[in-house]
Parts: sequence; structure tokens; C-alpha cells
Amino acid sequence: MAESADQATEQLHLARSLVSHLETGNQEGAVSVIAELAGVRDSLLFREVGRLTRELHDSINGFMMDARLADIAQTEMPDAAERLRYVISATEQAANTTLGAVEDSLPLADSLRSDARHLAEQWERFNSRKLSVDDFRELSAELSAFLSATQTNSEALHDKLSEVLLAQGYQDITGQIIRKVISLVDDVEGKLVELVRLSGNRPKTRSTAVDGRDIAAQGPAVPGVDRAEMVNGQDDVDDLLSSLGF
Amino acid sequence: MNKNMKILIVDDFSTMRRIIKNLLRDLGFTNTQEADDGVTALPMLQSGGFDFLITDWNMPGMQGIDLLKAVRADDKLQGLPVLMVTAESKRDQIIEAAQAGVNGYVVKPFTACTLEEKIHKIFDRVAA
Repeated sequence: MAESADQATEQLHLARSLVSHLETGNQEGAVSVIAELAGVRDSLLFREVGRLTRELHDSINGFMMDARLADIAQTEMPDAAERLRYVISATEQAANTTLGAVEDSLPLADSLRSDARHLAEQWERFNSRKLSVDDFRELSAELSAFLSATQTNSEALHDKLSEVLLAQGYQDITGQIIRKVISLVDDVEGKLVELVRLSGNRPKTRSTAVDGRDIAAQGPAVPGVDRAEMVNGQDDVDDLLSSLGF
Repeated sequence: MNKNMKILIVDDFSTMRRIIKNLLRDLGFTNTQEADDGVTALPMLQSGGFDFLITDWNMPGMQGIDLLKAVRADDKLQGLPVLMVTAESKRDQIIEAAQAGVNGYVVKPFTACTLEEKIHKIFDRVAA
């Protein structure tokens, strides 16, 4: 502030002397005062350009030395690709389990339907008294075979349906993994926006790094990506817990 | 084991809640309710009547581990049996859950058998 007040006083002083030079017809004096006035403006301009250059330099340096960026490029991007590949394999596995269970179930349902249809026809004949004693004996045997097959088949169907049910767990697992990748993409987007801002416009105050990654939850372990100490399936969990007295 | 006991299933993925609910129904437990994270679960538990809590770990809002700690810190809820069903599989996390007082820990993906076994184990111990 003091500096600009000084400058104003100086400019005022120069302007007055310019007027007095012009009034007295001192052409040479007037030209030199004009040059001096321009010099004040130039030095202001140079100082401003200097400041901007320094800010830009600092920002670029800061950007290049941002550890987060190196981390993203060296670790997180390849990890993200690996995570997404795991999503493909997990969804593929779930789809195959589901398809397999459906393929196993359809013949069971079909055989129940065709046996029931055949028995219904025989039963109709029995009701309208068109069945001989031998035929009835045969029907009775068929009925008892059907009842026992129905029990077995419906149990098998139940198991297959349970398999389909459990296979849907992939949505939770892959959802958590994809969320993680999305947060990385958001991060990268932020960095790119910063880069564009640096190269295009005057840097504003640096945004404080959004780095709340200190959460305990890690999401599902992805083979080949998560090298930290992970347990390997439920048996390991049980072993670990029993070692803790569980 | 009382098949009528009231069970709260907490998971942010509705698909997983449905899976667990269906598996429980298969095991004969039909009295279930759902919540999508600790923030919604805790008031439900506090309003009372729940006999068993099954919770995920990684959830927005309040995480399962914090829900577990809140349950253990609550005079009325501290004895509630808690089973964690989660994809979190770091050794440190399992130890943390154990120290926080979890009664059982199932890692996703899991089987119907595992779930049944852990539930039986928990209630055998509670009864003992």
C-alpha cells in the first residue's frame, strides 16, 4: 500500500513538472519527464509479469513433485486395470454358475411336468373307470415312483436355486471394486483439471488435496493387486480367529 | 435356537441383503429386517427387539466396524450377537473386529453352509 502511495506521489510530482516544462516551453525537459512516467508504468508491468512467472513456476514444480500423481501413474492405474479385469472374471464366473444351475434345473422341471402330465391322463382314465386292474397296478407303481422323484427333484431344484442366489453376490463384490476405480478416475480428473488450469489460466490458490483415504475399509481383495496381508478364504479367517481364542 | 428371533441385516448393497435374507429364510429364520448402513441400523437396534445382527464392514455413512463398536458401547445392546459378513479380508481387520467383540466373521464370497455353520456356532456359545 505504502509503495503504491509513494508511486502516486511520484507520478503526481512528475505530472506537475511536465506541465511546468510545457508552460515554459522546455521541450527537452518535457520529453524526459514523459519517458520517466512511462518508466514507472513499465516497472510495474515487469514486476507483475515477474510475480506471475514465479507463481507459474512454483505451481508447475509443485504439480510435478506431487507424490499423488506419481502414485497414480505408477501404481494405481495399473492396479485399476487389474481390478477391472477381476470384475470381468467375477461377473463371468457368476454368469457361468447361474447358467449352469439353470441348465441343470430345466431338465428337472421338464421331467416333473411330463411325468405329471402322463399321470394326470392315467388318473383321468382311472376316475372314469377305464383302467383295468393291471393298468391300475402300473399306475400305482408310477405314482409312488413319481412322488419319490418329485421329492428328489424338488430338493435338487432348491439346491440349484440356492446356487443362483449365492452367485448374485458378485454384484456386491464388483460394485465395491468399481467404486474404488471410480474414485481413482475422479482423482485423475482433478489432476487433469489442475494441469489445464496451469497451462491455460493464471493459477489460483492451490486446492487443498482431497486425501481422505485413511479409511479402514479396503473393499474386496483382488488377486494380484492386493499384496497386503490378506487371508485366503474362510478357512484362514477361522484359523486366525481360533488363534485369537474364538 | 429360536427360529423366530429378530435379525437385522446391514449391508449397503441391496442384492447382498436379499441374498442373506433368502439364505436365512432357507435356514428357517423369517423374522428379518434390513438397513443399508450403521447410521440407519443403530437407531433400529436401539429401538429394541433385535436378537441378532449381521453386518457388512465397508459401507458409506457408518461402517460396520463402527456399528459393532457402538453396539458394544451401548448398555442395552452390548450383549447382542454380531456376525460380520464382509469382503474385508486383511488379517489386521479380522483382528480388529475380534478385539471389538465380533461373534463371527464370514468373508465374501461365502457359501450357505458357512453362514449356517457360523450362526449355529454363535448361538451354541450364547446358549452355553
